[in-house]
Amino acid sequence: MGDNRSRVNGARSDYAIEVRGLSKLFGGFTAVDSVNFNVPRGEVFGFLGPNGAGKSTTIRMLCGLVEPTSGTALVDGFDVVADPEAIRTRIGYMSQKFSLYEDLTVEENIRFFGGVYGLSGARVRERLKWVVGMAGLDGKETRLTGTLSGGWRQRLALGCAIIHEPGIVFLDEPTAGVDPVSRRNFWDLIGGLSENGVTTMVTTHYLDEAEYCNNIVMINDGRIMAEGSPKELKERHVSYDLYELLVDDPAKGIDVLRAQPWAKEVSLFGTYLRVGLEDSLGAELVKGALEKNGVAITRMGRVSPSLEDVFIRVLGEEGVR
Amino acid sequence: MRLRENAARIRPVIVKEFRQIRRDKVSLAILLLIPAFLMFMIGYALNFDVKHVKLAFYDLDKTSASREFQRTFLNSEYFESAGPLGAYRDIDAMLGSGAARAVIVIPPDFAKDLLADKNVPLQVIIDGADSNTGTIALGYITSVIQTYSSKLTADFLDKNGMLPYQPVELRPNIWYNPELASPKFLVPGFIGFILMLSAVVSTALSVVREKEHGTMEQLTLSPLNTLEIIIGKTVPHLVNSLTSSVFVLLMARWLFGVPIRGEIIWLYSGIMLFLLAALGQGMLISVFANTQEVAFMMSVLSSILPTFLLSGLVFPIKSMPLALQVLSNVTPTKFFIIILRDVMLKGLGPWAFWRELVYLAAFAAVTLGFSAVKMARQRNAA
Repeated sequence: MGDNRSRVNGARSDYAIEVRGLSKLFGGFTAVDSVNFNVPRGEVFGFLGPNGAGKSTTIRMLCGLVEPTSGTALVDGFDVVADPEAIRTRIGYMSQKFSLYEDLTVEENIRFFGGVYGLSGARVRERLKWVVGMAGLDGKETRLTGTLSGGWRQRLALGCAIIHEPGIVFLDEPTAGVDPVSRRNFWDLIGGLSENGVTTMVTTHYLDEAEYCNNIVMINDGRIMAEGSPKELKERHVSYDLYELLVDDPAKGIDVLRAQPWAKEVSLFGTYLRVGLEDSLGAELVKGALEKNGVAITRMGRVSPSLEDVFIRVLGEEGVR
Repeated sequence: MRLRENAARIRPVIVKEFRQIRRDKVSLAILLLIPAFLMFMIGYALNFDVKHVKLAFYDLDKTSASREFQRTFLNSEYFESAGPLGAYRDIDAMLGSGAARAVIVIPPDFAKDLLADKNVPLQVIIDGADSNTGTIALGYITSVIQTYSSKLTADFLDKNGMLPYQPVELRPNIWYNPELASPKFLVPGFIGFILMLSAVVSTALSVVREKEHGTMEQLTLSPLNTLEIIIGKTVPHLVNSLTSSVFVLLMARWLFGVPIRGEIIWLYSGIMLFLLAALGQGMLISVFANTQEVAFMMSVLSSILPTFLLSGLVFPIKSMPLALQVLSNVTPTKFFIIILRDVMLKGLGPWAFWRELVYLAAFAAVTLGFSAVKMARQRNAA
């Protein structure tokens, strides 16, 4: 039935997702504020921001779970407001809840979602094998889903969400509450989907994960703050040389450095102190300032900027404005 | 063709729902056995029959005639002796303490006046605090005295050479429930009450649980349409409730001797429509409630209160104020009870209760339809 529906612009666009001036107001609160972006087909697209930034609301509007207040969004060429049914069979959606039936077994969950998406018996068997293999659940087909650990549940939820092989997958905080190894495995799976031409839009607040994305949009308070590939973002927003140092008294060290007019973005990063310096300034300046104030440096080195540095920088600019 | 597609999508929902019900052994037991257990409990607890009324006599005559008069009361199972009274003021203590429900004062010249063919006034004092029991006790006492009196009248006529004669003679002929046993009247009401409660609660909880776990969202994003979701969730609970209705009916028969005089098919068309109405009510609740706690409270309140107060189960609807009589139409149990009494006790068919069947069907259509519309709207604008 989906085949005779027509896409908004007729032809198949190069973009899997096109968003124009999309806004959502909840009462007087603006959750998403006139957002624009395009996602090319086959790309892993990261949607980054702190909690409450409007990530989930945006993704839920794209899935047809929330109606936009204004603006348009096309998913695989179909308007999310005018044609939600056409979108349903073309997308997969997985939320951080890993919404599975915990009182059903692994196999029963897969069969259920296969049946609901109208797959034939043979197709369900085929996909069942694929999902079990993909999620690493071989031999656990008859386990109750509720007894599985987070990583397995997460991969099974992904398998059920893409049982019908959609071309576009929305993942809302898919790695929340999952151990680091499972997180890593999960991103490998997303990479595999992308190689097969699947477009993935993923929200996260783990900035290290965003490095896996082809393109990123950073969002805060419902507005886009920055966008580009991870490399572009770092080049554009971090103009300092970054140094990391281990000192004997980090609390005092931070106070000392913050008092220096030339030290930018002084922060505590785990047990390390981080400081940004303009190109023309040398690391000697830092050593001198700390030693003068009786803070001993154990180790010091230059580091390449992370997306976290970009994010702090982007949000910092916003704070000044 | 479309219909086959619909069925293909609904089937996995039904299969899944049955699996979940079967897997949750505790809930399944509760769902199937609690109704039968409730039947047992309420059936014995709620009994309007008044028997063994404690009766005391203040006998001022103390003759063999007065003692025989006392025995006519105590020989039946309706009365038991609360002991003789020695002084008039003891009546107060006896009734006040509840040791006796009624006291009969036999006047000093009871035997002598009767022999002299004189009118004998008899004082009967009744504890009216519990008006229901009091009324019934007075009825029993009146009828015993009338029987006694008419026997004396017959003796008097006979003695004067006349044939015993009674101008109007009462020959009661009670249909449907000859013993006037209250279980037979009440049990159909309990059946409605019990089925209502379990059907509403189980449906509402099963939908709200999916909301809480986020699986409802997954269903919303699937090609399932709202009606398919509702049908898929309703059918398994209908089957379950039908099963527990069999237990309840067997219970009613074995424990309380409530017969099924009418056709089973009419009985079950009534039960079927009633359960659909109850499932509709549960579905409606699940559309509004977002947590299982809220859904449970709403289900219990909306099924217990109207069913107990307004359905005619306990309080006759005809003696309610007009406003309440109108309000009584909100509960499908009212109409179901009428159907059950008609089929089970009177052996009637749909010609007698087609209006009630239509009402139940309409109630189910409205609640399920409204739930579908509301759910579809929530789906596209949350």
